[in-house]
Amino acid sequence: MRRNTLSVVVLVICGSLLASGPGCSRKHHNIITLAGSTAFQPFAEKLAERYQAEHKDIHINVQGGGSAVGIQSALAGNADIGMADLLELPDEAKALNSVTVARDGIAIIVNPQNQVRALSPTQTHDIFVGRITNWKDVGGNDAAVRVISREEGSGTRSSFDKLVLGADRLVSAALFQNSNGTVREAVASDPSAIGYLSIGLVNDRVKPVSYDGVTPSNENVKMGQYPLARPIFFLTKGQVAPMVRAFIDYVLSDEAQGILEEEGLIAVK
Amino acid sequence: MDRLISKLLFLAACSSTAVLALIALFIFKEGVPIMAKSGLGNFLFGSNWAPLQGQFGIFPFILGSLWITFGSLVLGVPLGVSCAVYLAEFAPKKWVNVLKPAIELLAGIPSVVYGFMGVMWLAPLIRNNLGGPGLSILAASCVLAIMILPTIVGVSIDAIQAVPRNYKEGSLALGATEWQTMWRVILPAARSGILAGVILGMGRAVGETMAVIMISGNATAIPHSMLDSVRTLTANIAIEMGYAVGDHRQALFGTGVVLFFFIMILNIVALRFARAKS
Repeated sequence: MRRNTLSVVVLVICGSLLASGPGCSRKHHNIITLAGSTAFQPFAEKLAERYQAEHKDIHINVQGGGSAVGIQSALAGNADIGMADLLELPDEAKALNSVTVARDGIAIIVNPQNQVRALSPTQTHDIFVGRITNWKDVGGNDAAVRVISREEGSGTRSSFDKLVLGADRLVSAALFQNSNGTVREAVASDPSAIGYLSIGLVNDRVKPVSYDGVTPSNENVKMGQYPLARPIFFLTKGQVAPMVRAFIDYVLSDEAQGILEEEGLIAVK
Repeated sequence: MDRLISKLLFLAACSSTAVLALIALFIFKEGVPIMAKSGLGNFLFGSNWAPLQGQFGIFPFILGSLWITFGSLVLGVPLGVSCAVYLAEFAPKKWVNVLKPAIELLAGIPSVVYGFMGVMWLAPLIRNNLGGPGLSILAASCVLAIMILPTIVGVSIDAIQAVPRNYKEGSLALGATEWQTMWRVILPAARSGILAGVILGMGRAVGETMAVIMISGNATAIPHSMLDSVRTLTANIAIEMGYAVGDHRQALFGTGVVLFFFIMILNIVALRFARAKS
């Protein structure tokens, strides 16, 4: 019995040593770390995958965390590249070098059953600050407006607030969803809801409304007609290592920009 | 050798407590400064949550947690206890063999699935029949009531079965009916066990995050009815943690501190209540 317990203890110790051993020794020397914007994260992962297929010696590590985390980790040097999808970079990011790698439009969406097809900037503003509370005031049915927004800190949210609300505050009765996908589901299941999300993620479960007479589409953003769009920044600090530079150049290349366009973003070139 | 083993076991016991202490320490270290900075009163009883504008009032979330926990207990406890009574005392053997594993299976369903069902079925049902946004206290309470069922039923069945057989036989021999025996003899005797189940269920309801985020709508306003949307303390942390930096992040840890006390107070009240009655 005693011998059994002892051997179990020894086994556990050996096991844990073995488990930690190989993990430590397997180390990439050429790691590029990206962190930040959750909106751009899936696209960054896709580009990283392509890039690594061609450059076997480089390992690209893509982390999320949100735009604020992107700025912080670029400043602190935790990430080689910080990703942020904000309309304007905050003051603390002024010390960083920024490159716009893509743009992303924001579509205002309502339920397909909703009669409303178009909203003016004033109407949109009034709906989201709570001055218009019934759909009949903007040409819809007699039903209460349900505003769905994103959580505090989201890049989409802060861009939307700045573009549409200006200095005013979001209506306090607003519901919150914490991703583009859940906003879409919430609007799809509620006939009187209104929300907003990236243009690339609109599907036929929801109906995008035109803003200021312009249909939300990547083409219209590109031509400068649809105003609700935000840039996606890559932020770097100080002197950039050649391999990081090379990856940024790849992201700006025609090939990578083409991939981004296919996936629903707006190319910068 | 025996002493060595007992020392090792003592160490294991200490380490689990140490983990708790470290977690508490960490949460307090991160969360208390912001509570002091914005003032404890403003933090706890302020109704404005706009972290990017420097307003950290979490009162709506405290109310949200209370409402949803209370609602889920009101719906879940009678259902759970009656279910346990039936399974422990009245159900034929073959039904017990089907129903009990089925209820236990409820515990194995991931909470995101409950949340999804709530969003797809329950919220539209409530919105179309009762009004409001659908994603509401009522919806969250209903879903949580089902989520805490396995805990309440399981612990209650054990408690009822632990009541000595001769209590029941004595009561029946004195001429009491089955119902009188159950209500007047067995349930009072099993009360402390049943209450333990309810407290465990309550803990699960307070701590549940994923399902609640999906079905409560997460509004930051103070709720006025069961049909209003609310945000709970746990949901507030989970929704915003991904983005938060600086004061905002600290305020979320502050929310964690409040949640810590919230659960302690609920547990103490529940235990007091349990003792006072027995």
